[in-house]
Amino acid sequence: MSAMILTGGASTAPHKRFSLKHALVLAKRDLIKMTRTPEQFLDVTLQPIIFLSLFTYIFGGALAAGSQHKYLEFLLPGMLAQTIAMTSVAIGQNLHSDIDKGVFDRFRALPIGRATPLIGAVLAQFTRYLTVCVVTMAIGYILGFRIATDPLQVLAALALAICFAACFAWVSVFVGMTVRSAGAVQGVMFLFIFPLSFGSNVFVQTTTMPGWLQAFVNVNPLSHLVSAMRGLMLGASAGPVDVGAQVGWTLAWCAILLIVFFPLALRGYIRRA
Amino acid sequence: MTDLAIEATGLTKSYGKTKALAGVDLAARKGTVLGVLGPNGAGKTTAVRILATLLRADDGVATVNGFDVRTEANLVRQNIGLTGQFASVDDDLTGTENLVMIGQLLDLPVKTAKARAAELLAWFDLAEAAKKKAKNYSGGMRRRLDLAASLVGRPPVIFLDEPTTGLDPAKREDMWDVVRSLVSDGSTVLLTTQYLEEADALADEITVIDHGRVIAHDTPHGLKRVIGGQRLTVHPVDPARYDDLLTLLSGMVPVDGHAPEPNGRGALTIRVDSDDVLPDVVARLRAAGIAVDEFSLHLPSLDEVFFTLTGTRSGESRDFDDTEEVPA
Repeated sequence: MSAMILTGGASTAPHKRFSLKHALVLAKRDLIKMTRTPEQFLDVTLQPIIFLSLFTYIFGGALAAGSQHKYLEFLLPGMLAQTIAMTSVAIGQNLHSDIDKGVFDRFRALPIGRATPLIGAVLAQFTRYLTVCVVTMAIGYILGFRIATDPLQVLAALALAICFAACFAWVSVFVGMTVRSAGAVQGVMFLFIFPLSFGSNVFVQTTTMPGWLQAFVNVNPLSHLVSAMRGLMLGASAGPVDVGAQVGWTLAWCAILLIVFFPLALRGYIRRA
Repeated sequence: MTDLAIEATGLTKSYGKTKALAGVDLAARKGTVLGVLGPNGAGKTTAVRILATLLRADDGVATVNGFDVRTEANLVRQNIGLTGQFASVDDDLTGTENLVMIGQLLDLPVKTAKARAAELLAWFDLAEAAKKKAKNYSGGMRRRLDLAASLVGRPPVIFLDEPTTGLDPAKREDMWDVVRSLVSDGSTVLLTTQYLEEADALADEITVIDHGRVIAHDTPHGLKRVIGGQRLTVHPVDPARYDDLLTLLSGMVPVDGHAPEPNGRGALTIRVDSDDVLPDVVARLRAAGIAVDEFSLHLPSLDEVFFTLTGTRSGESRDFDDTEEVPA
């Protein structure tokens, strides 16, 4: 019987390579779970609606020389970037509680690549990223936001945001594998996210800040993402931005996040046996 | 290649100062059931997790179906099914979805995975609940679904970690039937349990472990010869007659020199090596005028097994800090 299984086309390598098909099967599992608890979508639907409306009308008058419309144009790309980075909190929490429940023991005992359950979970997050994009653009349109470039550049901006979110998610996965309770994931993640999202150019022009803060804001990965998205969505009205360079910096940060946190997350997962 | 489906030598595993396994040997011949008997915290689950490649041993060698759990983990995973102590099914998925997902992860085509899921659900009496979410299953149904999930790939070696803990007696018998039919299909089963009765009912060989060490390994028959087969527990109606009962029973067992043991609640337990003793005990009780309200014959409990094998109750010195083990 064992011989039959071995020659039955299955890989005989001692270590199973990663298979996208397996990851998609596991991503589908997460999607089914998401559709059965739609509350999980609140942070990617209601939250962008509320935040974008609130910030536009509360700060707009004060920050953009009385023009809420001008502030909306400035804010929307930043708000989208901040929201999509924040969505990452959920994945660490979900993975932590999944592992507590023992479902992952079953995956560990299956002949699939070790990282597959984690990759599947990140793939499932793409539905949430897309939701953020669609909801934010829609509410922006209703409030009066108009793109100043072309649809292709806007799609590029959204793709860049999604790419950043998918890489940043690995920070959350790592935290989820490391902390002792699912609730702690949120606390630790906010320690990462708050300095990144408020110590950035999301809400105000960097030039209004003291020099030492500008130094941080200018290397902040979220600032690069926001600058790139503003350039791609608003064109010349975004001010003098080297869009290509900002896209390059954003992608470089994506690579760094992935290179550092993917192995850390995987190690945390393997150790958490 | 040997005819051993599971072979482990000198497995050790520590968690900080706690020694979960202090050198465990296990062996199961192909097509048999190996029962691993031990109390909570004995190291049973740790041993299973090492054999199922979920955990790495600090030291020692183990093979499953001839594959090394350390260096050929993926090959081991193609050959095993694991049912843990806590049912590891996905609560938010239905029974069918749970099983189809496992099938797809095992590279079965969707159609085959669905057919296999339906077949297993029917076998485990879950066909009617196939479309219900696992969170709405009863404890017994979850266990069955969990076991079904570990059988999707028809693995030749199956680990069952306390599969009947928490099940009511009728469901336990059902689970036993499942284990028997797996073995008759040629699978090898490693089953951990806290009940001698269960090991006796299912296992071809039994390994008894305690404090991370093997303290006995034998066939059920051989083990019972060592620990004595049945136990007779007698409880006097009148607690004042306890001493008389003790004297009476003590007079009956000089054969093997085992004194009656107090069994809580004012009852006494003696080893019975032959059925002939029973009428004799009844006759003497009547002659002595001792009325009893319990007179039961049973296999020794785990506690009694351990008392016989080690001289201590299994619950004793379960405090891990004291288990810096006496050198063997």
